[in-house]
Amino acid sequence: MTVFEKMFALDRRWIYLVLGLSVLISLVIPFTVPIPISQEARNIYNYVDSLKAGDVIHLAIDYDPSTIAELHPMSLSILRQCFDKKIKVVVTALHPNGPVMTAMLLDTAVARHFARTGERMKRGIDYVFLGYKPYPALIILGMGQNYRIPFPTDYYNVPVDSLPMMAHVRNLTDVRAVLNVSGTSGTDYWITYGNGRYGVPLALGLTGVMASDYYPYMQTHQIFGLLGGLKGAAEYEELVGAPGRAVEGMKVQVVAHMVIILFIIAGNVGYFAIPKSQRRRLT
Amino acid sequence: MDWGSVISTTIAAFLTLAIFSFLYKDNPFYKFAEHLVVGVTAGYWVVIFYYTVVMPNIIERLQQGKWWYVIPLCLGILMWTRLVPKWTWISRYPLALYLGVATGAAIPLEMKAKVVEHLNGSVALVTYMHSPQATTGGIINNVIILLGLVAALIYFFFSKEHKGAIGLIAKVGIVVLMVGFGASFGFTVMARVSLLIDRFQFLVFTWLNAASWLPWYYWYTHN
Amino acid sequence: MKRQLPLILLFLFGAFMVFQYFVPHESSEFFYEFVALDWPPIIGVFALSLGIISLIRMSAKRVRTRTPDWGYSVVTLAGLASMIVAGLPWFGGQESPVYKWEFQYIMQSILPTMFALLSFFIASAAYRAFRARSAVASVLLVSAFIVMIRFFPMGPLSIPAASTASWLLNVPNLAAKRAITIGVGLGIVSTALKVVLGIERSYLGRD
Repeated sequence: MTVFEKMFALDRRWIYLVLGLSVLISLVIPFTVPIPISQEARNIYNYVDSLKAGDVIHLAIDYDPSTIAELHPMSLSILRQCFDKKIKVVVTALHPNGPVMTAMLLDTAVARHFARTGERMKRGIDYVFLGYKPYPALIILGMGQNYRIPFPTDYYNVPVDSLPMMAHVRNLTDVRAVLNVSGTSGTDYWITYGNGRYGVPLALGLTGVMASDYYPYMQTHQIFGLLGGLKGAAEYEELVGAPGRAVEGMKVQVVAHMVIILFIIAGNVGYFAIPKSQRRRLT
Repeated sequence: MDWGSVISTTIAAFLTLAIFSFLYKDNPFYKFAEHLVVGVTAGYWVVIFYYTVVMPNIIERLQQGKWWYVIPLCLGILMWTRLVPKWTWISRYPLALYLGVATGAAIPLEMKAKVVEHLNGSVALVTYMHSPQATTGGIINNVIILLGLVAALIYFFFSKEHKGAIGLIAKVGIVVLMVGFGASFGFTVMARVSLLIDRFQFLVFTWLNAASWLPWYYWYTHN
Repeated sequence: MKRQLPLILLFLFGAFMVFQYFVPHESSEFFYEFVALDWPPIIGVFALSLGIISLIRMSAKRVRTRTPDWGYSVVTLAGLASMIVAGLPWFGGQESPVYKWEFQYIMQSILPTMFALLSFFIASAAYRAFRARSAVASVLLVSAFIVMIRFFPMGPLSIPAASTASWLLNVPNLAAKRAITIGVGLGIVSTALKVVLGIERSYLGRD
């Protein structure tokens, strides 16, 4: 077999091994890469930053553990910014696998804020976790009328009417924005039903798979900001001044992307270097 | 770290490696982890559904004397008739309510959010070109967007054969769509690698940190 | 009774929702809030439970009939039972330590790893399928390449690379995705209309 033939018909397990090793090695070697901040990410940061203490935003966590890697850093950074600015947060989790994960996420955000500032954010006063209900489209429409229609109680079974923070929050028009961190079609429902019917300002934090599909909504002003994948998460970590797992992951992303690009180049070099007649024999 | 964490993270690491073992070939460890997660997830859903819907939205409301919640409860129970082939037709009633509400809500709002707003946005691109703020770069970009949009829409229009001028525009449409798919692919690579990084972060930093008595880990952290 | 009445009911609810959107009068708000938006999630939870019941029935059947690999169905049933027992009110419900443990160390380990496997498959697929066979394939390749290198540290080339990617996402990508969005929107609306008007009836199943 010639070098070009090898480049053309490499066993897939070699690709797995090289990719796995490159991720592993780049993870344990300490180095950093710069994170350029996009305008879409800066829009969200500036919007939240412009809010006053006591304003309420809605953090819609519509993902499950399978996309935790990209989306948890976004949620944690947003919560950090809100807690620092004393912005109150209504949290929902409209993916069935989401509520326990979100409860743990909130515990982590509260613990980190306490460790950093000595201030303990209180459930029901500084933030509210309403939990999960099935069928996001109708739940969003319900929240647009009155949070208490789909959520008579919060996740911890405390009546919503008894939560001090919710005393002045009747429906989606009482929140300053919805920040939807999502790995599901829940995003479409927020655009169509949340923004479409109730006109609530909306920003998205999405998995990489979804991100490029939502750029048209920026131009129509249906959304005012967009965080795309781990890079978006890293950008927000940088913006709030707390580089974490996403920033750490970006150095590995660079190496993994280089490896994949090299494989694509090798595949193309092999493809063009081998006569057409031999390609079938090798595949 | 305490022994509880060491054992817990070791179990999680075993399950992680069991799933990764599929890369070599399908094997009993992978099948075990796969079947386990299906069962655990189903059990998790039962608990979630009970505490987040059945209890607050049905039981507690009935306890508060809101007797009319018996109606959606009965309609919900009627859904279970789908399990008995002879009675399946009864489930059409609750299904009619749900589908009627969902599709009725979708008709005006989907039209607005996905069609009208985007046509408005496209018209805004034209009006921008006549505005005093218009720059040469901005005008060129807007022309590219508008021509690209028209070409891509024509590619999706199958009522007329893609021949002659229509065929040519449809070809441009394919090119525009390929740029979009390429962008999606680039983002998808990042998404999938992110998940891999997370699992490796767990194996290297969480699991091995829990098992920090391993000699090589001692070497790694002290060099 | 079996077909016509559900179709009429669906039409009435669908027509009400469309009407309510355009005429959100107080009198219609009552029905909208307390029936249309409040009841479907309650019905929905029973619909979702059908999937779980089917899983139990299927797994139990595999164990009972000793089909090949029936042992794995025992694992499924054991996982399901353990989670339900852990979530019983006497053990703390959703706050039960065992319930949270199983979520954290089983679900939160296996589910992301299953998706992480895709990183290997996408690398392999990119190597095999991402070839500049034609002009159109080359456009796909170049577009993906620009998006992939946008965050590479390339010294003075970093800023132009990021700007090019940003342009690609906000200009040609926007045109492509907008065309798809409009197509999807029209598809959803036409399907919804067909359901409400009783033209699309496949959801009814057979008698």
